[in-house]
Parts: sequence; structure tokens; C-alpha cells
Amino acid sequence: MFIKHHIKKAATLAVAALFSGSALAEGELFFYNWVDYTPPELIKKFEDETGIKVTVDTYDSNETLLAKLKSGATGYDVVVPSQNFVTIMISEGMLEKIDVKGMSNYENVDDRWKGPTWDPNQEYTAPWQMGSTSFSINMEGYEGEGNSLGEFFEPSDSMKGKVQVFKTPDEVIPLALMYLGLPQCNENPADMKQVQELLLKQKEYVKTYNSETMVANLTNGEVLMSSHWDGYSMKNRLDSKMETLKYVHPKEGIIGWFDSLVVPKGAPNKANAEKFINFMMDAKNGAELSNFNRYASPLKASAVGEYLDPTLGTAPEINIDPSVPVHFSETCSAKATKLYDRVWTKLLQ
Amino acid sequence: MAFNLPSNPLARRWFGLAPAVITIFAFMVIPIMILAVFSFMPADPYGGVDKGFSTEAWIQLFFERDLDDSLIFEPVYLQIIFRSIVLAVLATMITLAIGFPVAWYIVQQPAKKRELLLFLVTIPFWTNLLIRAYAWILILGKNGMIEKPLYALGLIDDSLELMYGNLAIGLGLVYSYIPLMILPIYASLEKLDFNLVEAAHDLYAKRSSVIRKIVIPLCLPGIIAGSILVFVLSLGDFISPSILGGGKKMMLSNLIQFQFSSARNWPFGGALTMLLLLLVGIGSFFYVRVSKKREGIA
Repeated sequence: MFIKHHIKKAATLAVAALFSGSALAEGELFFYNWVDYTPPELIKKFEDETGIKVTVDTYDSNETLLAKLKSGATGYDVVVPSQNFVTIMISEGMLEKIDVKGMSNYENVDDRWKGPTWDPNQEYTAPWQMGSTSFSINMEGYEGEGNSLGEFFEPSDSMKGKVQVFKTPDEVIPLALMYLGLPQCNENPADMKQVQELLLKQKEYVKTYNSETMVANLTNGEVLMSSHWDGYSMKNRLDSKMETLKYVHPKEGIIGWFDSLVVPKGAPNKANAEKFINFMMDAKNGAELSNFNRYASPLKASAVGEYLDPTLGTAPEINIDPSVPVHFSETCSAKATKLYDRVWTKLLQ
Repeated sequence: MAFNLPSNPLARRWFGLAPAVITIFAFMVIPIMILAVFSFMPADPYGGVDKGFSTEAWIQLFFERDLDDSLIFEPVYLQIIFRSIVLAVLATMITLAIGFPVAWYIVQQPAKKRELLLFLVTIPFWTNLLIRAYAWILILGKNGMIEKPLYALGLIDDSLELMYGNLAIGLGLVYSYIPLMILPIYASLEKLDFNLVEAAHDLYAKRSSVIRKIVIPLCLPGIIAGSILVFVLSLGDFISPSILGGGKKMMLSNLIQFQFSSARNWPFGGALTMLLLLLVGIGSFFYVRVSKKREGIA
């Protein structure tokens, strides 16, 4: 099922590539989003309501998105970076200013997420989804508790060749630093050496480094433990009817993220992009988004409440125990990035 | 005709070539030149390049800067490059070993059947490479098309672990590029004058020496063309190692992609790309030369 999905994605991508040259035509919107993160029903609803033809293209990491935009790729109207990449894109002048505050549905946004630290005046971003990064275990026959990062980075022998890890250092190293009790955005080579040793030891248990195939691999048993995002893991559990799949909230802490809708500089259909952004802040649409993705909604609970799938309220994945520390990834210095990349290259050399 | 061709024969030739030349120039030469220039510029920490001149990217290929800025020899990138070359050579050898007999078999068939067989060889090209790679996951993966029947028959009781390893990478490469080996060899075998083979047999040449002394030398151009195609594409292959191999070991192409994405080091990515081009160029050059020499002897 997931593979079929992928093939469809790849086909969409090919079509998007074909038509990106003619993006100037009116009545179009080019939406560039993470893999498996766009509810097709909502896109259809938006098309029906506005008559705007939407093309969805996908990427697998913030880095891919940044590289693509940096390379001068134009033609995208709305993209979905995480908070630390929003900071980079604003400082690099890569985003169009949009009047989010003036939009009719802005009042639906939860007060906590109005004017967030990465966009204090709400000039560039509108909220999309929020969640956390950790890992999931198929608890069937598993001897551990499923409550520590140690189970992921230093797995038991039964996990040999059964672990899947995200393929970007940006998603893995912050968790490793957290496990080792070291500061984030680390510029200290001695600390990063420890991270490297930890990851090299973990590698003996790793089946694949991939940020897209964890649902398929967990479902068919190719792996028993995998890097995961909270909502995606819940979707995985429900869609694959895998009640034994546990998304771990490690006692050492969890990485939080907040994805926003932004409009890249030079977007060909800015007006349509703004319509789309306002559409997504509608209470019913925002709730449907969360119902599809299974991530927490950044809209007011009072607004989305009645439309939200009740299982979201009690789902173990997205309701984090208050004792678990949540760390929001920051933008690291060039020096830290260089060290991270060195660790990663050594890991996969 | 709607327009007049230039009357001067030279101008006419250039006129005919222009579309190809312009396409190659605009979509290959210029991008490569941009990358070459980028490789001599300092990296912008958020991707892209800053103004100025820097050889840092080329130094990084071989050395690592210690904390006191002294250079230490660092073989990590050379290791990745070496592995990629070994893999590409292996893929070329395997596709040749399979592709040659296949082409030989096709050429022996009656014309009608030949057409059908060639058509079958080209069918995989109809589908995108990425999609075909995902198809292999369905075939090789756990509870996939190979394992499921074996489970059902009770022949195995544990996963065969076919996916995510060297076997899967190798299969992916051979499967993807074998048509590019078969077709050129077929083309040169088709032109082979079989009277020569018959003559050799009449003169009591052994089967093996007929192949070695008559067939191979005469279809050498096809073998060279096929080998170069497979070698070049395998060396730059990106999908097999990351999707089928599990991405546990980087290949040159993954390393290049990594520099343009996570590492945000475009100059180094540019330098690696130049190196890849250089390797491909040198490889093809020597292959052609060595084979030409052998052709001369034979």
C-alpha cells in the first residue's frame, strides 16, 4: 500500500517537473511538501472551492528543500519548512512577506503559536503541523520497556539488523546529543567524537538509513525499530493495524518541531498561495489536516475541537508525558554543521 | 520545404548540427562549467557559494584540517570513490558476461523472433528507474514475491534478507543497465559476417578460438560501447545504493548529493563532480585505447 503510494508520488513528481515550466499560467498552485504529508481530500476541496489547479511535489528533508530553493528552483508557491529552517530562509532573504495576520482565519490559530520565536511578527509563516521526532518499536516479543533513547542507540542483540534510522544528520544527531547529555548545536570536536562512536556502534544494528520507507518496513517486519515522527507513527499503527507499534517518548527527551507554510521568493502564484494558506487555517480544514496526518493541530482547541477525530485526544503518540523534556531544534552554526557532516560521512564511509 | 537551407555545404552541415550542439552546450557544458567554477569558491554556510577564490574544496578531497589548521591526510573520500569504482567495474563485468550470450542468442534467431526479443529487452526502459527500484523492494523484501511462496512451501522459516545489501545493489545495477550492454553488442554482432565463422570452422578452428579470434574482435566496438555505457552509469548510480542497498555505505553519487543537501558544501560537491567526470573520462579513454590495441593484434 505504501509502495503504491510512493509510486503515485513519484509520478506526481514527474508530472510536476514536466509542467513547472508553464507555472505562470493563472489559476495554478504549486505546493512542495514532505512525502505523505498532504491530504488529497483537502487539496481536492481547495480546488473545488477556488477553481485553482494544485500540483503537489514532495521532498524528504528540510535540507533537500533548502538546497532546491537555493539552487534557484522557482515555480513553487508554498513550501513547508520546519522552524529552524524558517530561520535560515528568512535570514537568507528567501521568503516573500505575506499578510498572515490580516487573513480571515488567523483568529483560529492558538495564541501560543501566534508570532512564534522564528517569526515574531508573523510576516512570513502560517502554522501547518507540529509534532516530535523520536523512534518507534514493534513491542511484540520485545523485552525492553520502550522508554529510553538507549534502546535506540545501543539496542539489544535481538535488534541486530532490525533498526532503521533517518538518513539525515539533522534528524539523528540532536537525539544522540540528548542521549549523551551533551549540548545541542555542538561545536566541540571531543563531544562529536562521542556521538560518532555511538552512531558507529549503532550501525551494527542498522538495516537501512532512510527517511521515507519506515512505514512499509515496520509493517512487513523488515525492521522492528525505526526513527519516526509522532503522528506518522500513529498513522502507521492505525493504517497497518499494528497495535504493538509503540512511539517512544524517551525519558532523556524528545525533539520537537513545528512546520509552517511559507511562500518562497519569486513564487509565480502568490495570490493563490495566500488563498491556500488562509484555507488551511480554517478550523474544519485544520482539523481534517490533523485527522489525516495524525499530528497535533496548531489551531485553537476550541476551534478545531468539534471536527477533530476523538482518537487524537487520547493517542499515546501525540500526547507527551509532561515529565519528558521537549527540545525544539535550532539553527546551528557553520562550524557545528561541518562537524555533524564529518561525523555522518565517517559513519557511511 | 518552408524555409531555405543555406547553400554552402559547410554552413549547411553546421545548420544541421546546431540543435544538437546547442542542446549539449546549454544543458551539459554550461552546467559543468558552473560546477567547475563553484568548486573554486568558498562555501556559503546555508548552501550555495560566496564570492571569492578558494581551493578548500580540492584540499578537502585528500586532507582534513586539524584544530591548529595543519593538514592531515584523510582517506575517507578516496575510500568512497574507490568503492564506487570497484562496484562499477563489477557491474560492467557481470552485465558483459550475461549480455554477450544474450545478444549472441538473439542474433541467431529468425528475423521475426529477433524483433520480438529486442523489443522485450527494451521494455524496462518504459518505466522510470525509481519506480523499478521500488518494484525490486516488493520482489526482494521481507514477505516479498520471492520469500512468500518459499514460506508457504515451508522451504524457509526465516527471512532470506535479500534486501538492503550488496546483493540488492548488484542486482539493481545489473538489471538497470543490462539492456545498454545487449543492444550495442547485438548491433555489432548483426553486422558480423557469419561466413567468417563458417570458414573458421571449416579450417578446424575450435569453438573457443572461433569466439576468441573471430567473433570478439569483430564485435569489439559493440562491447566497448556497451561497457562504457554500463560503467559510466553504474559509477554515477544513485538509486540502487540508497534505495536497494539501504544507504549504509555511501557511493560517489550519494556523497555528491549529500554535499549539496545536508552538508551544504556546494564547492566540495562541485569538486567531487569534476573528479567523477575525470574518472569517467580516463576510464573510457584507456578502455578504448587498450581495446583498440587488442583489435590491432587480432
